[in-house]
Amino acid sequence: MKKQDVFLAALAIFLFWQISALIVDRNILPSPVLVIQVFFKELFNGKMLEHAAASLWRVMASMFLSVALAAPAGLILGQSKRLNRFFSPVIYLLYPIPKVVLVPIVLLFLGIGDLPKIVIIFMILFFQILVLVRDQAAGLPAELIQSVRSLGAGRRALFRFVYLPASLPAILTALRQSVGTAVAVLYIAELFATQRGLGYYIYFNGSTLFDYPAMYAGVLAMSLLGLGLYFTVDWLEHRLCKWQFVE
Amino acid sequence: MITLEKLNFSYANTAPVFETFNWQVQRGERWALLGPSGCGKTTLLYILAGLRFPTSGELLIDGEKITRPRPHSGLILQEYGLLPWATVQENVELGLRVRGFYGADGIHAPRGETPVNFDVLPLLKDLRLDTLTDKYPSQISGGQRQRTAIARTLILNPDLLLMDEPFSSLDALTRADLQNLTLKLCDEKNLTLIMVTHAIEEAAIMGNKILLLGNPPNTEPLIIDNPNAEKEGYRDSQAYTELCQDLRQRMEKA
Repeated sequence: MKKQDVFLAALAIFLFWQISALIVDRNILPSPVLVIQVFFKELFNGKMLEHAAASLWRVMASMFLSVALAAPAGLILGQSKRLNRFFSPVIYLLYPIPKVVLVPIVLLFLGIGDLPKIVIIFMILFFQILVLVRDQAAGLPAELIQSVRSLGAGRRALFRFVYLPASLPAILTALRQSVGTAVAVLYIAELFATQRGLGYYIYFNGSTLFDYPAMYAGVLAMSLLGLGLYFTVDWLEHRLCKWQFVE
Repeated sequence: MITLEKLNFSYANTAPVFETFNWQVQRGERWALLGPSGCGKTTLLYILAGLRFPTSGELLIDGEKITRPRPHSGLILQEYGLLPWATVQENVELGLRVRGFYGADGIHAPRGETPVNFDVLPLLKDLRLDTLTDKYPSQISGGQRQRTAIARTLILNPDLLLMDEPFSSLDALTRADLQNLTLKLCDEKNLTLIMVTHAIEEAAIMGNKILLLGNPPNTEPLIIDNPNAEKEGYRDSQAYTELCQDLRQRMEKA
């Protein structure tokens, strides 16, 4: 995709928004011009930056935690047929559960603060990464493993030179695929038991203060958060997995 | 150099592939392991490579029992041997990096040789890979991939080259080119070669000795000497055609 095309698409979306706002002509759909003004005002003079930072920290911490735990677990399961046979029914059952319905339970157990939010997002990312890394590791051709072993590689060197680089694209693909869900669930989680985060900011401005332009600015911020994370992962993928993009 | 004594091998819950099998390879010999699919030729190569282990009996290489891949043996497989995420140069350096990773412990790498500053370019040049150093395996041809695999093995200074149908997925001209290259390298570096193939023509060209395997269990080695393989113009000679015919008849009988 060309940068220019993405820019044009963004412009088209704002244009559509602007026209809709003119047609609807009610305060529940402010024009993008107003929202962007409020967005910058809230960002630099208001409280939004603080809320955005809280949300960003929660997502980043969950991403870090899930990669740190799911990638090694996936590698181990991918290498060991026996362990995989043992664990795969459990994963099979837990993986498709929509983790967002667990939000009230996690809140009950972990209470207020950042931890329950991080745990919820972690649960989503963890399974996604686990399954993709596991399948990637298990799917490596036996010939590849054998020929690297014949070069003298034992278990540790196989890990370092084969399994680790092989799992990198799987980790990044998993992150890219689930970052949208992660931000969505973050929104839900931030509606409960917190007074920080973009989710809270959107809800508070919309339902309590009836400040719709500020609410829209929050929605915009949350969208940009998701978009930014997506682009970052995409950029990392192009940088770290060059071989997947060559022709 | 290689001694197999009363070697038995069977996969779990199946009939034996080798039964009290004896075989000897001298240094500098070039062997072709020929036989139909399922005869155990690849199994034998993997045993020699230290990647599979005999059920009983003994395998000695240079007087040492093989319990793991031997640092001075090089293995080249038909496909998928290269790291898809590494460039040609990185692939060629892989064995050196593995050795650097462990250090010269005498197990993973020969004692006393820890490669630190290595220069693979001269070898890449020898193998006509010097213009492809930054390419990934998916970007180069099958012949170039196998030349990369050969380079990766040669950089470790092996004395024994084990090849499992290395050229069978290549077109005829590239195959002949790589066969000649392999023969030349064996000659220059005084390598012992053991090449598994299912192609009679390839066995006749690559092997100055041919070990013919049949339906398992293999008990007595059937060895055909091929002294003419050394001679100039062998590919077009009468001797070559006759050997191919002879091998074909033997394979049909077996």
